[in-house]
Amino acid sequence: MDQKKLAKVRKVLLGRNLSEGIFGRIALYGLLIIIGFVYLFPLIKMFTYSLKDLADLVNPVVEWIPTKLYLENYLTSLIVLKYGKTLLFSLSVTLIPALLQTVTTSITGYALAKFKVRGKRLVFALILLTYLLPQQIYMIPKFVLFDKLGILETAWSILFPATFGQGLSSAIFILIFYQFFRMQPVALDESAEIDGANPYQVFWKIGVPLAAPAYLSSFLFSFVWYWNETYISSLFLGKELYTLQLKLLNFQSQFNLATGISQTMTNEAIRYAATILIILPVLVIYLIMQRWFVEGIDRTGVTGE
Amino acid sequence: MPKTLRKPLKRDVRQNLVGWSMLSIWALGFLAFTLYPIFTSLYYSLSDVVLSGTGIQITFVGLANYRAVFSTAAGFSFLQAVLDFAIEVLVKVPIITVFAIIIAVLLNQKIRFRGFFRAIYFLPVIIASGPVITQLVNQGAATIPLVEQMGIRDWIDATFVPALAHPIASIFDQLIVILWFSGVQILLFIAALQKIDRSVYEAAMIDGAGPWESFWKITMPALKNMVLVSVIFTIINLATFSENPAIVHIKDNMFALETGFGFSSAIAWLYFVVLAMILAVAVLLLSSFGKERRRS
Repeated sequence: MDQKKLAKVRKVLLGRNLSEGIFGRIALYGLLIIIGFVYLFPLIKMFTYSLKDLADLVNPVVEWIPTKLYLENYLTSLIVLKYGKTLLFSLSVTLIPALLQTVTTSITGYALAKFKVRGKRLVFALILLTYLLPQQIYMIPKFVLFDKLGILETAWSILFPATFGQGLSSAIFILIFYQFFRMQPVALDESAEIDGANPYQVFWKIGVPLAAPAYLSSFLFSFVWYWNETYISSLFLGKELYTLQLKLLNFQSQFNLATGISQTMTNEAIRYAATILIILPVLVIYLIMQRWFVEGIDRTGVTGE
Repeated sequence: MPKTLRKPLKRDVRQNLVGWSMLSIWALGFLAFTLYPIFTSLYYSLSDVVLSGTGIQITFVGLANYRAVFSTAAGFSFLQAVLDFAIEVLVKVPIITVFAIIIAVLLNQKIRFRGFFRAIYFLPVIIASGPVITQLVNQGAATIPLVEQMGIRDWIDATFVPALAHPIASIFDQLIVILWFSGVQILLFIAALQKIDRSVYEAAMIDGAGPWESFWKITMPALKNMVLVSVIFTIINLATFSENPAIVHIKDNMFALETGFGFSSAIAWLYFVVLAMILAVAVLLLSSFGKERRRS
């Protein structure tokens, strides 16, 4: 009798496997919450510090909750970053290339998925090569080429490669679309063909609408990666055109330029406020479209087969 | 008769024509923005490239740029940066991979709010740009305060020789942002875990296997291929991260007085060779590890 009771208690507390007993559950949720907190810690710290004034910053008692709502840091950052104007420019070199890249890579993926083209293996090998070869190898000749074409230090130096499917991580997007279009039933295409549609109409009327989720995920990823990219854009856009990220990279000099004071160092509160302003657009998009990002990974096809 | 013979041929040709017409945009782009630059870059790396008001002058100099990497100050500091990158890969890739597997296993349990937790762990992928990470590390927001309060830094400084203490301490200084690089990998592992049939675990349990044994005998073998994918992704992600000192060197040397485009192209190629070697070692290690396990 006692033995039985003990076994029952044991089962409730420990369970048969990791996530069943009460102890297991507590440990599991505890771990997830603690790690989640550690993950968000930089963001939380950044946010609270960005609301502190100078007195709060140096006051060791004030750690997490500032004594008053102080928005001056944000106002200063808005001015230093020239937020409105810079945001518009940033969007023009992120949203537009993301859109163009999505269109081109989808057409490329469709062609590889649906047609028996000669040299398909070679094309795949070359696409893989563009993923493995670091940008650094071809950026210098591209720099010279764009200089000759007169598009250096204009948004076109970002838009052109994106249009022709050689943008940021284009290879990954081609593979996503290839996987997605390959899963589409051929019967649909054939019935449309019998009804007299040419291959381009089949692509436009059947392929594209059915692939809407892949388009959305690819576009979102493309946008976010372009938003976060600074290495190539700082080279091609030159010293006059700044995206928000590039302004953050040179925040101290931008601050001195905007305020006309060359000696003052910016304090961490202002820099945190600026950082928040820079991640804000992608953060908002992520909060709304979170599902499409996470499910997009499943569509790369590396998770299947 | 000839008609039936010609028909499949025609379809074949048409497939090729339509296919390539759709591939042409990509193909043009590949020729102009990838293939041509690759060969030009190789040529630059073997040349002295001088920028002047009228244009650029290219003089073939053979392997001089490559020799300069191993004999000049600029070359040495690049080699140092590459060495740092190799150490970074050695340290960070295992941390990121193990962490991603643990989180994926936790999230794969029957839990509530799974979507919420998953969203949190993926969040950094969205915001982790070079400048943002740099700001976080510089302001000290990338580390857990406990690390300093508990005196882990002092302990590291006291325990290890300086050459080792510095890299180890820097891991703790940016522990959180290292973990931030595992968002995509977590999702990859979750996808792989969901492919495992739950009944396999039940069968093992009936045979008396505990969670620990189940993890090593069922879960890990199922994750083997994904570990390889994840490691390759992580290495390339670290290699192309915009604040990586090695690639910063490549860009800085482009416009430096004593080096220039030729030298920069040469170190870009060397960087690619090192990266390819690191990838090859990772692939060999992981695949031989898998084979040994199977044999034993």
